[in-house]
Amino acid sequence: MSRHQYIRNLDYQDALDEYEGYSDEEDDELSPEDRELMTQGTAAVQAALGVEASKVTVAQIEEALWHYYYDVDKSVAYLISKFVNPAPKPAKAQPQQRTGKSAICALSLADHAVLLDHDLPTDWATKTSDLTDTAAPAIFGSSSRMGSRCQTSSQPRPSLAHLFHDMPWGNVPAHRATTFLPPPIPRGGLLGGSGTASKMSKLQALAAARKKKAQEQSAASNAVAEAVTGLNGLSVGDGAAPSKSKSWARVEIDFDGPLYGVDGQGRPPPEDDRSSLDWFEVRRRKRDDSDRYEDVVVLFPNLPQSARDAFAKPSPDDIVLAAQAKSQTKAGQKATPASKTKKTAPAAGNGDAGAEEPKAVEAPLPKSRNLDVLSEFERHKGKKSASFVVVGHVDAGKSTMMGRLLLDLKVVDQRAVEKLRKEAHTIGKSSFALAWVLDQHAEERARGVTIDIATNRFETDKTIFTILDAPGHQDFIPNMIAGASQADFAILVIDASVGAFEAGLKGQTREHSLLIRSMGVSRIIVAVNKLDMVSWSQERFEEIKNQMSGFLSMASFQAKNVAFVPVSGLHGDNLVHRSSDPAAAWYTGPTLLEELEKSEPSGRALTNPLRMTASEVYRTMQSPVTVSGRIDAGSLQVGDALLVQPSGEKAYVKSLLADDMPADWAVAGQSVVLHLSHIDPIHVRVGDIICDPAKPIARADRFTMKALAFDFLTPMQVDVHRGRLHAAGRIEAIPALLDKVTGAVAKKKPKIVKPGTVARIVVQLESQVPLEAGQRVVLRSGGQTVAAGLLE
Amino acid sequence: MRFASKRQTLQSVDGDDGVSLLIVEPEDMWHAHNLISEGDVINAPAWRKVTLTTATGSTAAKSVRTNLSIRVKSTFFDPLVSELKVSGTVVNENDYVNVGQHHTITLRYDKADIKFTIWKQTGWDSVALQQLKEALSEDRPDAIAAVVMHEGLANICLITEFRTVIKQRLEVSIPKKRSAASEASKGMENFYDKTLAALRANVDFSIPRTLLLASPGFVAQDFRAYMAAEATRRGDKELARIAKEAVVVHSSSGHVHGLNEVLKSPEVLKTIGNAKFTTETNLMDTFHERLRKDDGRAWYGTKPVEKAVAEGAVGRGGGVLLVNNAFFRSLDVATRKKYVAIVDKVKADGGDVRLLSSDHESGKRLDALGGIAALLTYPMFDLDEDDEEEEEETERVPEQEMAAMVI
Ligand SMILES: Nc1nc2c(ncn2[C@@H]2O[C@H](COP(=O)(O)OP(=O)(O)OP(=O)(O)O)[C@@H](O)[C@H]2O)c(=O)[nH]1
Ligand SMILES: [Mg+2]
Repeated sequence: MSRHQYIRNLDYQDALDEYEGYSDEEDDELSPEDRELMTQGTAAVQAALGVEASKVTVAQIEEALWHYYYDVDKSVAYLISKFVNPAPKPAKAQPQQRTGKSAICALSLADHAVLLDHDLPTDWATKTSDLTDTAAPAIFGSSSRMGSRCQTSSQPRPSLAHLFHDMPWGNVPAHRATTFLPPPIPRGGLLGGSGTASKMSKLQALAAARKKKAQEQSAASNAVAEAVTGLNGLSVGDGAAPSKSKSWARVEIDFDGPLYGVDGQGRPPPEDDRSSLDWFEVRRRKRDDSDRYEDVVVLFPNLPQSARDAFAKPSPDDIVLAAQAKSQTKAGQKATPASKTKKTAPAAGNGDAGAEEPKAVEAPLPKSRNLDVLSEFERHKGKKSASFVVVGHVDAGKSTMMGRLLLDLKVVDQRAVEKLRKEAHTIGKSSFALAWVLDQHAEERARGVTIDIATNRFETDKTIFTILDAPGHQDFIPNMIAGASQADFAILVIDASVGAFEAGLKGQTREHSLLIRSMGVSRIIVAVNKLDMVSWSQERFEEIKNQMSGFLSMASFQAKNVAFVPVSGLHGDNLVHRSSDPAAAWYTGPTLLEELEKSEPSGRALTNPLRMTASEVYRTMQSPVTVSGRIDAGSLQVGDALLVQPSGEKAYVKSLLADDMPADWAVAGQSVVLHLSHIDPIHVRVGDIICDPAKPIARADRFTMKALAFDFLTPMQVDVHRGRLHAAGRIEAIPALLDKVTGAVAKKKPKIVKPGTVARIVVQLESQVPLEAGQRVVLRSGGQTVAAGLLE
Repeated sequence: MRFASKRQTLQSVDGDDGVSLLIVEPEDMWHAHNLISEGDVINAPAWRKVTLTTATGSTAAKSVRTNLSIRVKSTFFDPLVSELKVSGTVVNENDYVNVGQHHTITLRYDKADIKFTIWKQTGWDSVALQQLKEALSEDRPDAIAAVVMHEGLANICLITEFRTVIKQRLEVSIPKKRSAASEASKGMENFYDKTLAALRANVDFSIPRTLLLASPGFVAQDFRAYMAAEATRRGDKELARIAKEAVVVHSSSGHVHGLNEVLKSPEVLKTIGNAKFTTETNLMDTFHERLRKDDGRAWYGTKPVEKAVAEGAVGRGGGVLLVNNAFFRSLDVATRKKYVAIVDKVKADGGDVRLLSSDHESGKRLDALGGIAALLTYPMFDLDEDDEEEEEETERVPEQEMAAMVI
């Protein structure tokens, strides 16, 4: 049984967003602008159709316009192919084989069905139409609402009696009489959304389910659909006589009204493809530019909320999933013929990619300038961008130092700092005033401790630097890992005051150094801080320098990549300006800023496929889905189609900021803010990976890694960190101990891995996450880092 | 669970006897799940759907209640509703069913005590008896509620003597934006609000109940403050009491395995004393501690443990055999016999046998090690090296040498 049954994995955010989604997009029919466009469009289409216009209803025209974003030509082409000169209809196939299950979905009709044996046909038909007209039972509530919406249609709604016009009432042989049983549970059935042709992974299924929810379908409309399908089943499903086919075809033509529509939406009778043509917008879209196509079924984008609410009962995910699994094959097969005419293979990774995508309600896709980003970058000759993480034991003075640096560089002005000083003073934390430049959250200020990464930016003549101020407290190491994963190099801040250095060495000075090294940072500037507190003792500085050099070389930092600067973050000595304190005169080396400028950012994977981890996701004026982070590899530009993993949703770059400046493109190494369009906020979360749809990152819930043990490893539960991502998992197996130098297998299946050794381990996660070889992963347990390494 | 007959005692349970039991609380279904294995026969009240033909010839489906005996093919336990479904084939015929027909009996706690009887295919061996004994133990402490959380993630759990049930897992994405502190704190408030709603919906606080709030950093603390503030705002006396009595504990992550740290924290030991799960948590800690020392007195996995037990190394004077109860659930008869023999050997040698609950976090830790482990009374080496060539024990690497790491 699935985990879902064990754990109700309720996601309130999703639920909420979905709900908002409904009201935003669907609840009120059309905005005035839309209405205006619609009226113009309808007139234009009718004009274009000329005499043929009588063959299509206004509602159909509107439907078409809606899907083609008021593109008159496309709508006309569509309408002609569908209504005016429809393709010859395939010969009516076998009487449908109704499974017991579909039949029982007639829900409350079961009672009436008993009448079949006894009552006269007219009677029955009247009853049925009564039902639909009065909307008495809930199931028909929606169809009658549908009806009222379609009153705009020029055609009067035909009587339902036609449906049963040549039914062999009362003569149904006993062996074919349907026995109606009460439905066990409301079934999901085909809810539309995405029906992938091939098997879906659990996560894909989940994503699809989410997406589906986000679209307008609900179990409600589906139940309506099934009910009515059941009803149609009554009329034609049993008929084995050849004449039936004729009657069925006629029914279709007559009933382009709401009732039939609802039928089409739900579960059209098998083997009858045409029913779907009229009422589905079925398209196939190529997903991820792999060879798989996904059928996209857009159903009644305008279906009023009330209709959908008729049955709106929160149905457990399982039901949706199960139902989807059942229906997708049918839906997929069904949709295929319909989609042939419209199949378009979107061009890889540029703005045209989704032109045909039936994102019904969105604005047009952002335009791409189709730049050759890499040659733009070559030509650009701008400043290089580099980011560094500031790490060290709690209270070493990291935030204060960065606040001071920003003040001295005039990125923040003296007045702002004075204001902070006053505020800090009122809560008795005046010594934290400079730290507050970075620590902006109320909790951080009240407690005088950094909790999450703070990002800031400053420029020198050559470089745009991004500061990632990490928290030092052990509890917030997950956040520190997120920061370190975006850094080119690091500043390690050490509190030189008596006892503090020693405490740090046992604590996060040590853990942070090991972590950043195993996360790929090789250049480190050690800022020996608070030297004002030890009267700028050169001896103390040398002592710390010696111990730290030894430790850092053990942690495999090369001596040439390590620099030491004696500083006072609080007073600003040796940060931007050389210390004016005579006691500090012994130091003549570079200042912290000079050391920063000497640091070369690590090599950029410019030509690799795009990868970017979402560090922050929030709402802005430009887009409800604004994502910030650093591009790890590749490049992107405005108009690009992107794929968000693990949700598997596509999005487009509406506009972007590169290193805080509006830009048309950005490359690996830059910190960017992306304003996305055509994606719902529920599909993008902190820690997600944004990638190239043509070369997407895969998802997995199990991986093998080459890990350096920081502590004893056995098969055990661990927290798995990769950048912002924080997942629960466990070490499932330890296939081998490896030689630290050659990487060759030293011992198979060790019982335990000792600290400092390297092993190959297999980790099983609780959920699927985007993973690929070469990623750097950190494993923690009980608040300690136990291992770090590379995915194989 | 209770014996259905007053005269029945644990001592008088005999090998192939059927034992009749009464379901007296929801937790019993968990025990039943451990007791009933494939091949056993159970007799219990069941609902059977039958088709009745009336005089007029029409048919109607009807459910009838009847006692059925079935030979168990599979069981499924739903921890959230505490319901055990037992599927199998009917072994005695009655008016409604024939021998060999398939049936699934659902056992659940009901107001009236439900009686059922088990015949063990393998007889009542020592493991089955130990499980039965645990199932019978009286006056259980009330379940403890716990919220294990970190920013944006909350797991609402109920911890009973034998299992941890995750009532709800809540993930709320908190908008993060530098320099938009207010938005983020609104996000946290929203997160607390939802966590509180979920907590109230899932846990009954009308009876006195310990509530643990665990998190890294300040999340649990802030959540408690939020509860207190909400209680004042809403004038909710019960909530005020809950907030006041809640115990804030440190855990290093909001994932459920954070409970491992929670359950052994001094705060918890102070409030709930030495419950079964704290002992189990401590046992697992001891085991891992020994493993780290690598003194040859801690082994895990079937083969090494089997060897150690055979040598009599798990006996009097500190020998402990740790086995997960789930381990016995799905074994075939022969394998079960083998493990029961191991258990019996340890008992005969004077060692301690602990059946850990695989539905506690400590049991999950044991699960990771293959479900079976042992603390030995004297060191033994190379128990895991049978088909592998002898290898030199990897030298303990001093920290200084981490430099050469491949990474
Ligand atoms: N005397 C002196 N005090 C300093 C110096 N740098 C920082 N401090 C003090 O150290 C305390 C901690 O400073 P923070 O900047 O918050 O330290 P942090 O490293 O950012 O702390 P976390 O982010 O919580 O790990 C504050 O009270 C500072 O005033 C310094 O150079 N000299
Ligand atoms: Mg700080």
